Amino acid sequence: MARYAATTLLRMFMTFFVIITMVFFATRLSGNPIDFVIGQGITQEDRVLLTKYYGLDGSLWTQYLSFLRAFTDGQFGLSFLERRPVIDIVAERIWPSTQLLLTSIALTILVSIPAGILAAIYRRGWIGSTVMTVAFLGYAVPNFVLATFMVLVFSYVLNWLPVVGNGTALHFIMPTITLSAALIAALTRFTRNAMLDVLGQDYMRTARAKGLPERLVILKHGLRNASITVLSVLGLQVAALAAAGSVVVESIFAWPGIGDMLVRAALTRDYPVLQFGVLTVAIAVIAINTLVDLAYAWADPRLRQAGRV
Amino acid sequence: MTVAVSASRPVLIAALRDLWADATPMQRFAVGLGVSLALLAMATPLIAPFDPNAQSLLSRLRPPIGFDRAKPDYLLGTDELGRDMLSRCLYGLRLTLTLAALGSVIGLLFGGSLGVVAGVVGGRTDTVIMAAVDTQIAVPFTLIAIFLLTLLGHSITVMVFVLALYGWENYARILRGETRKLMRMPFIEAARAAGATPARIARRHLLPNLMSPIVVQFTLSFSNIILLESTLSFLGLGVQPPTATLGAMVGAGRDYMPTQPWIVIAPAVLILIVTFAVQTLGDWMRDRADVRLRPR
Repeated sequence: MARYAATTLLRMFMTFFVIITMVFFATRLSGNPIDFVIGQGITQEDRVLLTKYYGLDGSLWTQYLSFLRAFTDGQFGLSFLERRPVIDIVAERIWPSTQLLLTSIALTILVSIPAGILAAIYRRGWIGSTVMTVAFLGYAVPNFVLATFMVLVFSYVLNWLPVVGNGTALHFIMPTITLSAALIAALTRFTRNAMLDVLGQDYMRTARAKGLPERLVILKHGLRNASITVLSVLGLQVAALAAAGSVVVESIFAWPGIGDMLVRAALTRDYPVLQFGVLTVAIAVIAINTLVDLAYAWADPRLRQAGRV
Repeated sequence: MTVAVSASRPVLIAALRDLWADATPMQRFAVGLGVSLALLAMATPLIAPFDPNAQSLLSRLRPPIGFDRAKPDYLLGTDELGRDMLSRCLYGLRLTLTLAALGSVIGLLFGGSLGVVAGVVGGRTDTVIMAAVDTQIAVPFTLIAIFLLTLLGHSITVMVFVLALYGWENYARILRGETRKLMRMPFIEAARAAGATPARIARRHLLPNLMSPIVVQFTLSFSNIILLESTLSFLGLGVQPPTATLGAMVGAGRDYMPTQPWIVIAPAVLILIVTFAVQTLGDWMRDRADVRLRPR
């Protein structure tokens, strides 16, 4: 286990390093680094000062080193638009994004675990096919189309829900549904398939044979065994899906989170914000996936003892 | 050798007939829908009634036929600059499908070749290629796409490049696995013993056997690429105005949603039809490829 954890963590840091390096070379090779790091509309004195600070007058190699130095002193640059450290801008957007992510995960679990179990038990009946059709639609409808139609119906026609911001509980409804749709679709399918695998096992027949009520058989013997697969899928998929989804959802509903910030920064070419935002989200996703991986290895007694290959 | 190659055509037709035979009505419908959309996109310059970018300020914001103030020339109404919605939808569909097709084909050629090379050569080459694959899988692609589009500009060329980059890692991963499996087969060893060069082995013996995973992955990746392209265009990060893509039309039309909803609804419904068709096909291919999901 210790060796497995060590190699997993090592691989995680290697990936960080590769991504940071690629971001650096992508930004430096595609244009003038001074325009990229410092931007327009700044006095000559400040420009000289910042050029020296970031080492932009030096060779590519010294620039790379000073780029890496940011990870020790936290000086990731200033936003072109707001002229304040990007690290502050990103920091104040983390909590709204997290809030939206948490409500979406809660909704996803509440809907898709029961739906997946039902779809597995009644796989030949109308319940099974209805659940799978809805899950397919949740997967096939692009989230921005879903959001657009919801805004049209619930905000403009019925005038029930607010469109912009995160002020009240009502503001959470549409963004949460939009962000969860794809997650619900994915998790429902995985739950159903994991349950189908488990339902065919011998211990299920044994549990029934010793006279346990069906509800207990399904929940205790079925769901518990299926939950390992379900949880690992949830953990590994949620970070990536949520990162991709929140960009769209936050930008549609003007939710003050990181996704909205990334799109704004991209549209206004605020490179320092974009660069730091992309790095933050990428590193967060990789870190979460590594943690899930380790938790999964720890939870599985076979892996915990064998130390895995 | 020629026998094996010429035999592959009837085999392909038989495989397609098999596929059609066990398709559900929904999947057959999706095939029909997909073919009609492709034909529509190809015939767009012939059937579109107007130039998609021609403005007519006298007939701005006209609703579709059947509503008040509609003009009979404009079947689906006009947008805020008096451009014909039907023509823009058709050209948007055409561009969306073209971009997705180009992106998928380039991604397939690039990722597929890397995967086959990794599988055939092995060793350090394999390690490096697979490390690149793992890195790309680790980062959500939307982030990479936004970053690259901002950095390199929003031209059609950059868009194709970004779309091609999406999904190459899946081709590489899957084809490497299949190649490694095939390389251990006796018929490859026999070919090598008979003196065939690695290039010949790859072309004549590997490729025909790789067709089925390629088709599956291509369908899946095509539908993902369509989604990605529409999403990026919707956010305003894709191909720039006035060029019409379906996603961009939905994104730009949002400002008029309360009063002129057809500007959004027409392209949004078209996107739904396209994604329904491609996702159904993609899903079908995935289910066929995954033994665990076969009907029990």
